[in-house]
Amino acid sequence: MATDNKTADTDQLQEFRDNRDLKLQDKKNENLTTLNLGPTHPATHGIFQNILQMDGEVIMDAVPTIGYIHRAFEKIAERRPFYQITPLTDRMNYCSSPINNMGYHMTVEKLLGIEIPKRAQYIRVIMMELARISDHLICNSILGVDSGAFTGFLYVMQEREHIYDIYEEVCGARLTTNMGRIGGMERDLSPKALHLIGEFLKRFPKVWAEFEKMLTRNRIFIDRTVGVGAISAERALNYGFTGPNLRAAGVDYDVRVMNPYSSYEDFEFEIPVGEKGDTYDRFLVRNEEVWQSLKIIEQAYKNLPEGSYHADAPHYYLPPKQEVYTSMEALIYHFKIVMGEIDAPKGEVYHSVEGGNGELGFYLISDGGRTPYRLHFRRPCFIYYQAYTEMIKGGQLADAILTLSSLNVIAGELDA
Amino acid sequence: MELTNENVLGKLIAQFGEENIVDAYNPDGIMTFTTNRENIIALIQYLYDDKDLQVQFLTTMAGIHFPDHKGREMCMMYQLHSLRHNFRLRIKVFVPAEDPVLPTLTNIYATANWMEREAYDFYGFIFTGHPNLIRILNIEEMEYHPMLKQYPLEDQTREDKIDTYFGR
Repeated sequence: MATDNKTADTDQLQEFRDNRDLKLQDKKNENLTTLNLGPTHPATHGIFQNILQMDGEVIMDAVPTIGYIHRAFEKIAERRPFYQITPLTDRMNYCSSPINNMGYHMTVEKLLGIEIPKRAQYIRVIMMELARISDHLICNSILGVDSGAFTGFLYVMQEREHIYDIYEEVCGARLTTNMGRIGGMERDLSPKALHLIGEFLKRFPKVWAEFEKMLTRNRIFIDRTVGVGAISAERALNYGFTGPNLRAAGVDYDVRVMNPYSSYEDFEFEIPVGEKGDTYDRFLVRNEEVWQSLKIIEQAYKNLPEGSYHADAPHYYLPPKQEVYTSMEALIYHFKIVMGEIDAPKGEVYHSVEGGNGELGFYLISDGGRTPYRLHFRRPCFIYYQAYTEMIKGGQLADAILTLSSLNVIAGELDA
Repeated sequence: MELTNENVLGKLIAQFGEENIVDAYNPDGIMTFTTNRENIIALIQYLYDDKDLQVQFLTTMAGIHFPDHKGREMCMMYQLHSLRHNFRLRIKVFVPAEDPVLPTLTNIYATANWMEREAYDFYGFIFTGHPNLIRILNIEEMEYHPMLKQYPLEDQTREDKIDTYFGR
């Protein structure tokens, strides 16, 4: 397999390999201690390794190694029919998988040119914002755990369970949701799901206010986080930061506002921004975003339009099961969709959504076949994690852990 | 100046010449055009520095492999974004498979570091001047670049798993 095409193994490659080995030898310094942080350390909340060069307690250099849970999604996606790719996207940022699912659906819908009814768009907004809440909730409560406050974590984790109950009612799964379909949602919101969302909207503000109260003005928490892992707006942009981490540095870039999708222009909400881009600012920005997400869900829940929950696109959207057994066309479409025999038109699209960690983009090239010719995921974690070395240099080891959890690096999204 | 695809394209052609900005098209609202590896860095630097454009955000980079295009098999896609004007554009550079060498972008964008490592890892692009061009997601010992089209997803000679319907 390896022998038939070694295009890249030119002299240049050999030359740069030699250079690299020289560089690695240079890095060895007798006075520094080498410390392995990870790959499976409980404080890293995921599998990534950092080889730290320590001068006492101070980090002088760090070499991150990633790829421990690389699953070749981009390669797999080139061999799967379009609808079979959604489950792959779940497994990227598994703390907010509905956002990934919807982002992928919207990309394919853009390629196919399908218009989605308002009701389906509003349902998607509700699910995406619930996902954002559960994502930020984990990040901020884990930040508490890493700085020594375990209580808040257990307290808000119960609310995540309630969000997962809503997912379960909407799509049947809790963590890897595979929610929605190309062309809309797989089913309408059931009365029970509506009831659960209503209950959540009533109960959650109290819980989140209490969680905020516990940490925001907590002296120990402030001492541990203010000024830790700071990054300037300029560096953050240069490193391709997006999402809450960029906004904490003071840049108000939010895909939901700049390039609205799925009817986000209908809702009123604010973009919280920080100032210094340190761990404390990131914490505050995420806290405030949870409130804004609640505001969006409330508006979408109150104004949920009537109508269909899916587009009228029989070539791409599975027909109802009872029709499959009674109508010939439905049976044919069902068979063709499930077998992946539906060809997509030729095209090239990029679509991005505001994921839990930033701009989650999908770059899709279709050559007119049943599978994408190329599907590239712009994973925000992968892009901003490379700044981690710069952010922790000169700080202490315990601060590096806090910086890592406040960046909310999700191993699944990092490695894809 | 209001930034429209035509405006920006005209400006770039005036600056770099018609032979260096070719195949401009607009597949999804994002202007896409092709340039060559001699001009790519100067072009991106120009977009970065220009007062009217301020294209200062590298959204993503993706390698693409077209084995049927003789002499221009490997494609590198750069997608840039001007956050000030909310203007996106996409630049493609085609290079032959025997010589997949491109200049590095790390001097302009720090974020290009890992993106280029990923492109090297999966497609075998070599970026001259890159500070640390090693594999990033795959193991170091790997001897090929797995996203190239000649490598099938699974070993096609496997007999324990015959399933011709589900895309294998």
